[in-house]
Amino acid sequence: MSLVNVSNLVAGYGNNAPILQNVDMTLQQGQIGVIVGPNGAGKSTLLKSIFGLLNIHSGEITHNDKSIIHLRADQLVQQGLAFVPQEFNVFESMSVEENLEMGAFIRSDDLSDSIDKVYGYFPPLKEKRNQPAGELSGGQRQMVAMGRALMSNPSLLLLDEPTAGLSPLFMEKIFERIIAVNKSGVTVLMVEQHARQALAIADMGFVLVTGQNAFTDTGQALLQDDDVARSFLGG
Amino acid sequence: MNTLLTGYKKEALIVSFCGVLIALVFANFGSAFGLRMLTEIACFTIIALGLTIQWGFAGLFNAGIMGFIALAAFVSMLVSYPVNEAFWQSDFSSQLGWVFAKLLLGVAIIWGINSLPTLRNRIKLRRLLVVIAIAITYLVFMQNLAPVARGIETGAGFIGGFGLPVWMGWIAGGIVAGILAWFVGHICLGLRSDYLAIATLGIAEIIKAVLKNADWLTRGTLTVSPLPWPVETPGEIGFIASRAQYLSVTIVIIAVIFWLLQRAYSAPWGRMIRAIRDNELSSAAMGKDVNGRRLEVFILGSVLMGVGGAALVTFNSIFDPSGFLPLHHTFLIWVMVILGGAGNNTGTLIGTVIVYIVWVMSEPATLWVFEGIKHLGLEWFAWQVPNDFDSRALQMRVFLIGLTITLVLRFAPSGLIPEKIREH
Amino acid sequence: MNEIIFFINKVLISGAAIGSVYAMGAIGVTLIFGILRFAHFAHGDMMTLGAFFAFALTVMFPQAGQAIGLPTGFVMLPVAMLLTAIIAVLLDKTFYLPLRNNNVSPVVMVMASIGVTLMLQGLIRLFGGIEARYFFFAERKDIFRIALPFEDASRKIVITEPQILLFLFTLFSVFAIHYILNKTKFGKAMRAVSDNPDLARVSGINIQKVTIVTWLIAGSLAAAAGTLLSLDVSLKPDLSFNLLLPIFAAAIVGGVGHPYGAIVGGYVVGFAETLSIFNWAIFLRPFRDSLPEWFELSSNLALVPTEYKITVPFFILVVILIWRPTGLFKGKVI
Ligand SMILES: Nc1ncnc2c1ncn2[C@@H]1O[C@H](COP(=O)(O)OP(=O)(O)O)[C@@H](O)[C@H]1O
Ligand SMILES: [Mg+2]
Repeated sequence: MSLVNVSNLVAGYGNNAPILQNVDMTLQQGQIGVIVGPNGAGKSTLLKSIFGLLNIHSGEITHNDKSIIHLRADQLVQQGLAFVPQEFNVFESMSVEENLEMGAFIRSDDLSDSIDKVYGYFPPLKEKRNQPAGELSGGQRQMVAMGRALMSNPSLLLLDEPTAGLSPLFMEKIFERIIAVNKSGVTVLMVEQHARQALAIADMGFVLVTGQNAFTDTGQALLQDDDVARSFLGG
Repeated sequence: MNTLLTGYKKEALIVSFCGVLIALVFANFGSAFGLRMLTEIACFTIIALGLTIQWGFAGLFNAGIMGFIALAAFVSMLVSYPVNEAFWQSDFSSQLGWVFAKLLLGVAIIWGINSLPTLRNRIKLRRLLVVIAIAITYLVFMQNLAPVARGIETGAGFIGGFGLPVWMGWIAGGIVAGILAWFVGHICLGLRSDYLAIATLGIAEIIKAVLKNADWLTRGTLTVSPLPWPVETPGEIGFIASRAQYLSVTIVIIAVIFWLLQRAYSAPWGRMIRAIRDNELSSAAMGKDVNGRRLEVFILGSVLMGVGGAALVTFNSIFDPSGFLPLHHTFLIWVMVILGGAGNNTGTLIGTVIVYIVWVMSEPATLWVFEGIKHLGLEWFAWQVPNDFDSRALQMRVFLIGLTITLVLRFAPSGLIPEKIREH
Repeated sequence: MNEIIFFINKVLISGAAIGSVYAMGAIGVTLIFGILRFAHFAHGDMMTLGAFFAFALTVMFPQAGQAIGLPTGFVMLPVAMLLTAIIAVLLDKTFYLPLRNNNVSPVVMVMASIGVTLMLQGLIRLFGGIEARYFFFAERKDIFRIALPFEDASRKIVITEPQILLFLFTLFSVFAIHYILNKTKFGKAMRAVSDNPDLARVSGINIQKVTIVTWLIAGSLAAAAGTLLSLDVSLKPDLSFNLLLPIFAAAIVGGVGHPYGAIVGGYVVGFAETLSIFNWAIFLRPFRDSLPEWFELSSNLALVPTEYKITVPFFILVVILIWRPTGLFKGKVI
C-alpha cells in the first residue's frame, strides 16, 4: 500500500500558468524518497502542492489512500504530514524550545518525551534550548526546523533542501539524522541539490525537469543510469 | 463581445438611473435646490477624481481628504477674500511681517547648518545642531507670534484676504494641497501602505485644529463669510442664474480633468502607475522608481482635492473650520469612489451623483423614520424619547456609511462600473 | 517646591495616566498589526464601546460598587471587557474574515476597519447620545491629597482613585500579557504567527483560533483602557479619532508587532503630551527678577498650546517614521 501517491498533478501559483505538468509520484510506507532536478524544475512546487499550499488545477494526491487535496495545512498535520520549507523555516524571534512546541500545536498531551527525543536526534539543540532560533548557525537552524516538524509525530516528513548552504561535513550529519529518523518509522520525502549523496540514501528517486517527470526509479538505479548521470549528476 | 455588450447595457442603465434621480430632485425641490445640489456634486466630483487617482490608479490610501480640502479652502479664502484695511493699517501688519521674517531667517539657518561642508561627514553633530536650531526657531517663532496674534484678534479681528480673483485662490489652494501631499508622501510612501493612512488621518485633524484655533488667521469659530464667487452672485442675478453659472464653471473644470486623465491613463506614465499598483515587486525589479511615481500620483490627486475643496467651500460661501468633518469630507468621498468603481473616471462621476443624492435625501428620510419610531414608541410603550432624539437619529447615517463601505468592499470590490483595463 | 509638585501633578501623574491608556490601546493595535497585518482603525471606537458598556452597567446597578468599596464602573469592568471582547470576535467574523478569505491587500482591511469604526460610532451615539457622561453620578470620586514633608511645600500631590486603579490595572495587564505570550500555548502561537505566518500555518497552528484569541485580548484591553480613561475624566462618545493617533504612534514607536514596545511607546507618547503642554514659565517665575531685561517672561511658556495637543503624537510619529521606521524595538512589520 502506498503511503503517499501523486497522480497526474497539474498545479501552480494562484491563477498563473501551472508549473507542474502531469507529475506522478508514489512512495511506500517507511521509504526515503528523493526529488532531484535542475533549479526551477518545480521541486519545491511539488512539495508545497502536497502540503496544500498551492492551487491544484487537476490530478489527485492521496495519503493512506485518502484524497488530501482539499485539506488545510493544520488538517494535514493532524493526518500525519509535516513539512520543512526551504527557507524561513524557523521562528526566529522564539527560542529553540518554543519552536519545537509550535510544531506540536495540534497536540494537547505532554510534550516532554517528544522534546527529549528531538534533543536525542539533535544534541546541539539541547544546550541552545533557550536561545532565539534566529541567533543559531545555518546547520543548527536546519535542526530546529526538522525538530519542529517531528514534534507532531508525523508519518510522512517533507523536507525541502535540508542541506542547502551547509558544509559537506554538516551535510553528512544531517543525512545521517534523516536516516535515523527514517529508521524510527517516519517516511521521508525530500528535495535535494546534492543529488549523488541524496540518491545514495534514497529508496526511490524522482528526477523532475521543467515541471515534468524525467526519470523515476530506485535511488541506486538512477545513480547507475548513464543518462541521468550525464544530465543531472555532473558526468 | 457578449460580456462587453451586457457591460455597456449595465452602464447605460446606471446612467439613466442617475438621470432619473436628478430629475426627481428637480421636480420635487425646484430648480434652485436642484442646481445647488448639482453644483455640490460637481465639486465633490473633482475631489473624488483626486481620490480615484490616488486609490484607483496607485492604490494609495488617503484617510485625511478633509485636511487637504480644509487647507485648500483656507488658502483660497486667504487669496480671494477682500482686503482687511483695519489690519493693514495697524502696527500688527508690520509686526507680523517681522515674525515671519524671523521664521524665514531661522529656516535659512537650519538649512545652512544642514548643508555646511565642514559638517558633511559628522552626521551625529550635524543632526544635533539641526535639531537645536529647529527647536530654537520654533520657540522663538511661537513666543513672537503669540502677542501679535492676540493683538490682531483684539484689533482688526483677523488678517483678512488679498482680494485677488477667486480662480487664483482655487489654484493656490490646489498648489498648497499638493505641497502638503509632497511632505506627507515623502515620509510615508516608502513604508507600509497603512502608514500613509495613519499619517493622513493625523494631518487632517491637525489642520482642522490649527484652522479652528488660529483666530488671527481664520477667525476660527466666528467663521468667514460671505466668500466671493467667481461668477455673479445670487444677490445680483438671482439664485438660479447664479448657480447655473457656478455649475458651468465646475463642469468645465471636470471636463478638463477628465480629458487629461483619460490621456494620462493610456500614456506610458499611466501604464507604469498601474503596473506598480498591480505588481509592486516586479515593477521595482524592472528598475522603475516606484516611490517617485507614487509620489507624483499622490501630489496630483491632492491638487485635485484642493481645487475641488476650494470650489466646494466657495460655493457654500462660508469658511467654517468646525464644519470640516471626517465623515462628510473624507469617508463620504471614499464611498463615492469605491461604490462607483475605483480607477474608473466615469464610475467615480456616477458614484458621486448617486451617493451624494442619497446622502442628502437620507437626512429627511432618517428623521421621518425615527419620527415614526418615536410615535409608535409613545403609543405602544409610552416611551419618552430623549431630548436629543433627532441628533441621535442622524447618527444612523454614520452607521449606514460604515455599513456601505464594508458591504461594497466585500460584495462589489470593483464597484458599479469597474475599471476597464484596456490593452494597447 | 510648589513648582515641582505642580510638575508632578501636571506632568508625571497625568502623563502616567494617559500613557497607561495609550499603552493598553497600543498593545491591542500592535497584536492585531502583528497577527492580522493591518492597522485597526476601529480600535478607538472599540475603547469607547467598552466604556459605554461599563457605563450602561453602572447605570443599571449603581449600588454594586459600594458593596465592595470600589467605584461601580470599575466593578463592572470585567463584564464590559467580556462583552467588548465578544463583540470584537463577532466583528472579525462578519467583516474582516470574509475579506481575508478573499485575500485582499492590507489597505482594504484598513478601509474595512474604518467602515466598522463608523458603524460603531453611529450605534454608540444613537444609543448613548453625544454629550459627555460621568461615571460618578451616584458615588463620590475619591481624591487623595498627599502633603510632602517640606516646609515650603504648600501644595499637595493630587491623585484620584480612578488613576490609582488605572495604574494598578495597567500593571496587572502587563503581567497578564507577559504571562499569556510566554507561558500559554495560544500566546506562543500568537508570537509564532506574528513572527512567520506561513511557517505557523505549515506547523499546524490553527490560525483561526489564534485570531480569535487575539481579538479577545485586544477587545478586552480596549474596553479596559476606555473605561478607566472615562472613569478618570468622562465618557466622550466622540473620542475615537483623538485616541487613535496617539495609539498608532505608540505602537509604531514601540515597533509594530512588539507588545512590550507598545507599552513603552504608550508612555513615551503620554509623557510627551503632558511635557509639551506643561507651562514651563512656572519654573522661571521664581527667578523673575534676576532675568535679563530683554527676556520678557510671558505667562505661558508651553511648548505646544493645549488646543494643539494632537500635534504631539503626530510629530512623534513623523520623527519615528523618518528616523527609524521599524520603531525603537525593531518591530517585525515595516
Ligand atoms: N511564489 C511564486 N509565485 C510564482 N511563481 C513561482 C513562485 N515560486 C516559484 N515560482 C516559479 O515556479 C517555478 C518552479 O520553482 P521551484 O518549485 O521553486 O523550483 P525548484 O525546483 O528550484 O525548487 C519557477 O519557474 C519559479 O519561477
Ligand atoms: Mg526549491
